[in-house]
Amino acid sequence: MGQTTNPDIMVRVKNVSKKFGRLEVLKNVSIDVPRSQVFGFIGPSGAGKSTIVRTVNALEGIDGGEVWVDGVSVHSRSTNLNKLRANIGFVSQSFNLYPHLKVLENVALAPIKVKRQSRSEAEDRAASILKSLGLGDKMDVFPTRLSGGQQQRVAIARALSMEPKLMMFDEPTSALDPELIKEVLDAIRGLLKTGITILLVTHEMNFARDICDSVVFMADGEILETGDPKQFFSQPKTKRAQDFLSAVLNR
Amino acid sequence: MNWFVVYQNLPLFLNGIRMTLTISFLALLVSIPVGVLAGLFRVSRWRALRFVSALYVEFFRGVPLLVLLIWIFFVLGRFLKLSPYASAVAGLGIFSGAFVAEIVRAGIQAVPRGQMEAARASGMTYIQAMRHVILPQALRKVLPPMASQFIILVKDSSLVSVISVVDLSMVAKNLVATTFRSIEIWTFVAVLYFVITYSLSRLIALCERKFQMDH
Repeated sequence: MGQTTNPDIMVRVKNVSKKFGRLEVLKNVSIDVPRSQVFGFIGPSGAGKSTIVRTVNALEGIDGGEVWVDGVSVHSRSTNLNKLRANIGFVSQSFNLYPHLKVLENVALAPIKVKRQSRSEAEDRAASILKSLGLGDKMDVFPTRLSGGQQQRVAIARALSMEPKLMMFDEPTSALDPELIKEVLDAIRGLLKTGITILLVTHEMNFARDICDSVVFMADGEILETGDPKQFFSQPKTKRAQDFLSAVLNR
Repeated sequence: MNWFVVYQNLPLFLNGIRMTLTISFLALLVSIPVGVLAGLFRVSRWRALRFVSALYVEFFRGVPLLVLLIWIFFVLGRFLKLSPYASAVAGLGIFSGAFVAEIVRAGIQAVPRGQMEAARASGMTYIQAMRHVILPQALRKVLPPMASQFIILVKDSSLVSVISVVDLSMVAKNLVATTFRSIEIWTFVAVLYFVITYSLSRLIALCERKFQMDH
């Protein structure tokens, strides 16, 4: 447990394994994500990229190993998961906005219920976040009226409203029409200057190369490569990564 | 045909209607919380709650209402000193609650999984997520089957006459016994039931439209 005290590490994944039935989706995975880094997860579908990210806020359980977020052991019984999750923003590919609430209410709900902010305070803050993401004129509409790109930006605003110290994006643009991807990527790019730690699962290779401080390449539940994105994208070491990159970059 | 008998006894019919409406309404007030709670238990993580709820639903769905009413009044009522009126409300409410529970369960399960996940990921407890995210969506989805259930409840209330509650059906039965005008009286009673249930149906349709305007 002594290894959890390193204050420079935001997320530590150590020897994590997980099975879905007999299928091993994570095989002894270890990752260290330093504070304020942008950490990219790349690899083919079914590699375990989403699963590893989802173990970090315990949306998925683990069968072996341990995960720490800012020194807190995520999967230990004594951990208050709700408190932990309040500090971790999570944006998935399917937006999952609350359809019965207006955009502003979507963003303000968790601060009101989880952080016990007053409604007016939460809504003021929600409004300013929405404005900063270019959604100032959409606050009073229901999410179903929005385009996919707008919905995903609302989902990002909803996650930011909790002032998380860690943001996790699980294929944030995979469900979007091509012309809507840029606005979402720009919203993510806008977070970089805040110094927040980011985990990003993505199939947008150019974007990953551009904004990530480190990338891991996963396949079949294992980490095959890890390191500097420029290096990885120009000279992947493993055959698996070479094949993957040539397949996705030469579309 | 002699419709004068209906006109002559209007005050009696009105009393019957009042009793039918009161009993149905009170049974509704019992069946909604009982049904919502049982529906929530049915999707709970705790096996014991799921088991209790399944037992409740299966049992009360499986026993005929007529038998249940008689049993509550003559068996349970003997120990608990229940009036016919209280027995009727309890029997109808608990019986209808079992169906409401199934409707609520289906409604909760019809809300996409990602909704619970998004709410929990933001730090909400299970109960907060249920209350603020899942249930508001689920209850909107179940309004139409819920409407049918409430209409069935009003019609089923006609069975309470077997435990000597003087509802609309009991009034009709008594009047037929004294006037022998069964055609007029039962026709009129059928129309009255229809007017009640149709009004209820329109009322719920109004609620549905109001909720849909939000989207």
